[in-house]
Amino acid sequence: MNKTRTSGRTIGGLRTLSLQAPAVSLLFLWMIVPLAMTVWFSLQRYNLLMPGMTGFAGLENYEYLFTDPALWSAMGTTLLMVSWVLVITVVGGTLLAVLFQQEFMGQGIARVLAISPFFVMPTVSALVWKNMMMHPANGVLSWVAELFGLPAVDWFSSLPLTSIVIIVAWQWLPFALLILLTAMQSLDEDQVEAARMDGAGPIAIFFFITLPHLKRAISVVIMIEMIFLLTIFAEIFVTTSGGPGLATTNLAYLIYIRALLDFDVGLASAGGVIAIILANIVAIFLVRMVAKNLES
Amino acid sequence: MTTARTKSLSGAAVPAVQRSPLTDALLNRRLWLTVLGWTVAVLIFFPIFWMVLTGFKTETEAIAEPSLIFSPTLESYAEVQQRAGYAKFALNSVVVAFGSTLLALLIAIPAAYSMAFLPTKRTKGTLLWMLSTKMLPPVGVLVPIYLLFRDTGLLDTRTGLIIVYTLMNLPIVVWMLYTFFKDMPKDILEAGRMDGASTLQEVLYLLLPLTLPGIASTGLLSVILSWNEAFWSLNLTSSNAAPLTAYIASFSSPEGLFWAKLSAASTMAIAPILVFGWLTQKQMVRGLTFGAVK
Repeated sequence: MNKTRTSGRTIGGLRTLSLQAPAVSLLFLWMIVPLAMTVWFSLQRYNLLMPGMTGFAGLENYEYLFTDPALWSAMGTTLLMVSWVLVITVVGGTLLAVLFQQEFMGQGIARVLAISPFFVMPTVSALVWKNMMMHPANGVLSWVAELFGLPAVDWFSSLPLTSIVIIVAWQWLPFALLILLTAMQSLDEDQVEAARMDGAGPIAIFFFITLPHLKRAISVVIMIEMIFLLTIFAEIFVTTSGGPGLATTNLAYLIYIRALLDFDVGLASAGGVIAIILANIVAIFLVRMVAKNLES
Repeated sequence: MTTARTKSLSGAAVPAVQRSPLTDALLNRRLWLTVLGWTVAVLIFFPIFWMVLTGFKTETEAIAEPSLIFSPTLESYAEVQQRAGYAKFALNSVVVAFGSTLLALLIAIPAAYSMAFLPTKRTKGTLLWMLSTKMLPPVGVLVPIYLLFRDTGLLDTRTGLIIVYTLMNLPIVVWMLYTFFKDMPKDILEAGRMDGASTLQEVLYLLLPLTLPGIASTGLLSVILSWNEAFWSLNLTSSNAAPLTAYIASFSSPEGLFWAKLSAASTMAIAPILVFGWLTQKQMVRGLTFGAVK
């Protein structure tokens, strides 16, 4: 018995290596090659429209980028989009999780309806909102406004950023709900019961028992959403194309404009490096948290 | 005593004989919760419902006053089907989503197997490192991937998209499979080994059949993520390999009356995925949060 175990371990080491090799090496290439190329290009003078002008540029691209008002505007837009969507989805998701945790008739079906938007592809949700909900002439929202005697709003030209935030929040609210609802299931019912017997009202129970219990799940939701929201693209691409002006151009869309519309590889790569750094600041915290969980 | 109390308070069916002011209040509460819960759910679901409904209207009805009363027609569905290769886009979506999922499973199963059953000191670090590759924002590497694809002829090909989606979902797939494999009792594999099963036999005849539900939900999550992916598909494809996400995006420049057609096309594009999503919602949390929320 003992013998088989020791020999199993050495063979195990070899087997581990060969079994994990494809996954690990492919992911390593997928990560390191484009990353190295992005950093390299960001230091080059490289525009596909000007094939003659190449060479080492040092930090010129970064210098240009940081003095370009478009970058700061895009950073501001990114920050606004991310923060608003986070506030709406986290607050809304927590309240909805509490609601859908209660027992009521047809609760299962209601839950399924409420998480559905998360499974809708971004281009569909953006176009449905643009053409059927927010359309100034025949959208449902303008029809509702009319019912109340209010003027119809031309959402994408007068409130472009708000419109994008609404669409994205509609997609991510169900995500927050789904995760928080799962976390709610491990809430200790006896503890809630004890608090209730001691005379705690529903609001006190929410703030002193439910919310502390959800703290961890909420921070996971915030971090995962941040990583995805930092690079919202399709919703902008099919609705406003970053406009009017630069009103809805976030960092991802600015890089897309520089790379695939202006063909400035160097400049777009410098933007890419900035996006990677921003995402990594968030990622470090998330990975740490997952690591802690893996130990327990 | 306490258990009985918890049960009645949480609103479980109470026999009518026991009717007291307390149960009346509970029923009342439940009624309000039902109204509130359904109102919220219907409001959130409304855009999808409206889209499905509009798909069955004629174009003129689609832009008329919002109305629930109309005679449903399949006109728009027929038109979308005939229109320049809807079938081609749908086929691209199917091939890319399922192709990348199969490939990811094929690469991930051996890796997850060794992590779950032959763990070493480095296993945890490898898992976390895989997770961290998922944090690289796609837009950060758009330029090199685009140029590499252009130079290797992978631009606007299904193969190209399959490669990108496989690698994009690989960390999640390995992670989910790892958690499912770890939940499996080790004794069964041990017994198989005693009976002289090779590693391959062990995986094929014991591990895979026993963890099939877990593998299926992992696969479904990967299909959902690939099907809905809209950054790479919009940037790396144009006409040949464009999946449904890109096809729907072509409706962003309006041409005449297109509302009913857009709705019909969108309904067809999201229907299968919506069903997959409903089926796997519970296991999905595992994959989406990397086990950080249970």
